[in-house]
Amino acid sequence: MALGAIVLGGALGYAAVRFRVEGDPLVEKIDAILPQTQCGQCGYPGCKPYAQAIAKGEAEINQCPPGGEEGIHKLADLLGREFKPLSAEHGIEKPKAVALIDEQTCIGCTLCIQACPVDAIVGAAKQMHTVIAGQCTGCELCLPPCPVNCISMEPIAESVESWKWKYPVFKLTPSRKEAA
Amino acid sequence: MSALRKLFRFHGGVKPDYHKHASTRQPIAGTPIPAELVIPLHQSIGGPPRPLVQAGERVLKGQRIGDADGNVSSAVHASTSGTVTAVEMRRMPHTSGLSALCVVIKPDGRDEWIARQSFDFRNASPTETRDYLRDAGVVGLGGAVFPSHLKLNAGKQGRLDTLVLNGAECEPFITCDDVLMRERGEAILKGAAIMREMLAAGRVLIGIEDNKPEAIAAMMAAARAAGDDAIQVVAVPTRYPAGGAKQLIRVLTGIEVPHGERSTDYGVQCFNVGTAYATHDAIALGQPLISRIVTVAGNVGQARNYEVLFGTPMRDLIAPCAPLPDSDRVIMGGPMMGFRMPGDDVPVVKATNCVLVGSDALFPPPPPEMSCIRCGECAKVCPSDLQPFEMYWFARARLFGKAQEYHLFDCIECGCCAYVCPSRIPLVDYYRFAKSEIWAREVEKEAADQARDRYEFRLLREEREKQEKAAKLAAKTAAGREKAAAALAEAEKPARTPEEEAKHALIAAALERAKAQKERAHPENTSNLSPEQQAEIAAIEARRAEIREQAKPHLRADD
Repeated sequence: MALGAIVLGGALGYAAVRFRVEGDPLVEKIDAILPQTQCGQCGYPGCKPYAQAIAKGEAEINQCPPGGEEGIHKLADLLGREFKPLSAEHGIEKPKAVALIDEQTCIGCTLCIQACPVDAIVGAAKQMHTVIAGQCTGCELCLPPCPVNCISMEPIAESVESWKWKYPVFKLTPSRKEAA
Repeated sequence: MSALRKLFRFHGGVKPDYHKHASTRQPIAGTPIPAELVIPLHQSIGGPPRPLVQAGERVLKGQRIGDADGNVSSAVHASTSGTVTAVEMRRMPHTSGLSALCVVIKPDGRDEWIARQSFDFRNASPTETRDYLRDAGVVGLGGAVFPSHLKLNAGKQGRLDTLVLNGAECEPFITCDDVLMRERGEAILKGAAIMREMLAAGRVLIGIEDNKPEAIAAMMAAARAAGDDAIQVVAVPTRYPAGGAKQLIRVLTGIEVPHGERSTDYGVQCFNVGTAYATHDAIALGQPLISRIVTVAGNVGQARNYEVLFGTPMRDLIAPCAPLPDSDRVIMGGPMMGFRMPGDDVPVVKATNCVLVGSDALFPPPPPEMSCIRCGECAKVCPSDLQPFEMYWFARARLFGKAQEYHLFDCIECGCCAYVCPSRIPLVDYYRFAKSEIWAREVEKEAADQARDRYEFRLLREEREKQEKAAKLAAKTAAGREKAAAALAEAEKPARTPEEEAKHALIAAALERAKAQKERAHPENTSNLSPEQQAEIAAIEARRAEIREQAKPHLRADD
């Protein structure tokens, strides 16, 4: 029996070293659910730090406005916690938008470039700046630093390519007998 | 030639009413050039082409107006000569009723072609031929509008066994392929020969449903005239959806293409007969794809097939067919798989095989949807061997992952399941809903992954920049210290060369002279003073000292 315990203990010890999981898999899973807007509305400097805070139990799951209700549901499912409505102090869920720089007004101060968490603004000092729309996450972090308020958020319009079939609904019409 | 050959069968399928006779009584007719052509730039699977023309420009018939965006895309051409009046957003022939970028052309009525030249594909590399077909805008005309040049690739083995030409045309009301085969069989076969050469395919099987005896006879005659034994016209049993690519391949060759694989992996490629015709036009005649055969049928007095320029509004097509007064909808495609159009003003595009006019009398609104009773009828008729009821439950419950596990994306949306459903559940609507939700999620996920990568790279970059700055600063201070140390060493260096000694002596002498001169010069107003004047100065100095003494406590220390 003692020999068995030693052998099994050795095997477990070996497995612990050999199959060690790098990083925290829970943080990765939470981070995969978060929308990666990197907006900081949750109170953390990015999606990853928020994921780490949730994993440690320091943060609630309802602090991410871009993730919305669906994101909270997914986090609740993953973590086995109760669903909570989005916390109002962290913001409200908005339709996805991208930043648009009014190129007539832009003075080329580079402040927005420094603020963008995903490097989606191109430009140089005293040169006009512009947003790479495809890379913009809509975090709105470029709005406050702009000294001339030339950045606005444009909601993404539905196009033929992005249009989605709607959920089929029952059409309730009164039957002919009743109508008559 | 047709031989008695063993045919196979696909699972399921239905036999709806075909309604095909009305539109095959008359030959293909041309349509007059409309007053305005609205040509959408995005008419195929893949990236939307970039506009090549601007408002005010004159274009010729067949001139390229939209350039393929990357390889998975297809070019778009002007359907007639005229002036571009605008490149703007116009309503698309799409269920959503949304707009997309279109080139609007005002025809000049001259219908003037560009210089047309046949393409010598035999002396061109396969890549060149494919690029040529991409720029000629040739796409699959069966309805899926997949760029044909991508399919004309023999794959890994470099050759295929079978090229299947799809002339089954199984959907009710649609007869565009039927009349094309009846009237233009020779050109179809020439196109097929080009495709066959490109694919290095052994045999060509032309599958036609046996409810089209005239088309079968015409194609057989054309094949006889071509005198090629490798081309075989095969009548296949009429059962919807025999015209699905996988279903037709199954019927003709017995090969069942497994989930997630391509038919080319099994040595078979399949094209619509219309695509073969368009390939012939593009390669042999140098004419890009600017028109197609469109069936106008349904709630009309005179159903007919027309050869229509892309960009022609659907209403221009419907008008000569005498639509019945109770017509209230336009469907692009057939009654099983077609899409309801937002209006009759939308243009005919490459995907438009049929313009079906509908009314409540012809297509009565379905009775209310009822609960699924788990009868399994849908699974019995599914030609893709799926379990439609499972996919329906999961799509309805928005469990998209589960729906995908049941191979939702193998569903060809043929509508057989909804056709037989005793509870009248619009099953295909649920699948379309689930598919578009899954696609949207995939796009979102991709964007999130990209954002994560970019954010992490930015953090990395900021860290690197910080380190670089610190290193630079350290290097600068080190350099400063070195310089100071060097200066000190210089000062302590005692030994000087005689030359330097002489120089230094000269400088020292000059400094000495300057000093002496300064001492000799006195301010005029303080020398040679009388004793009274000196006393007065002394008194002033004393008063100044006194005032300074008095002011001392009122002054701040630093003043």
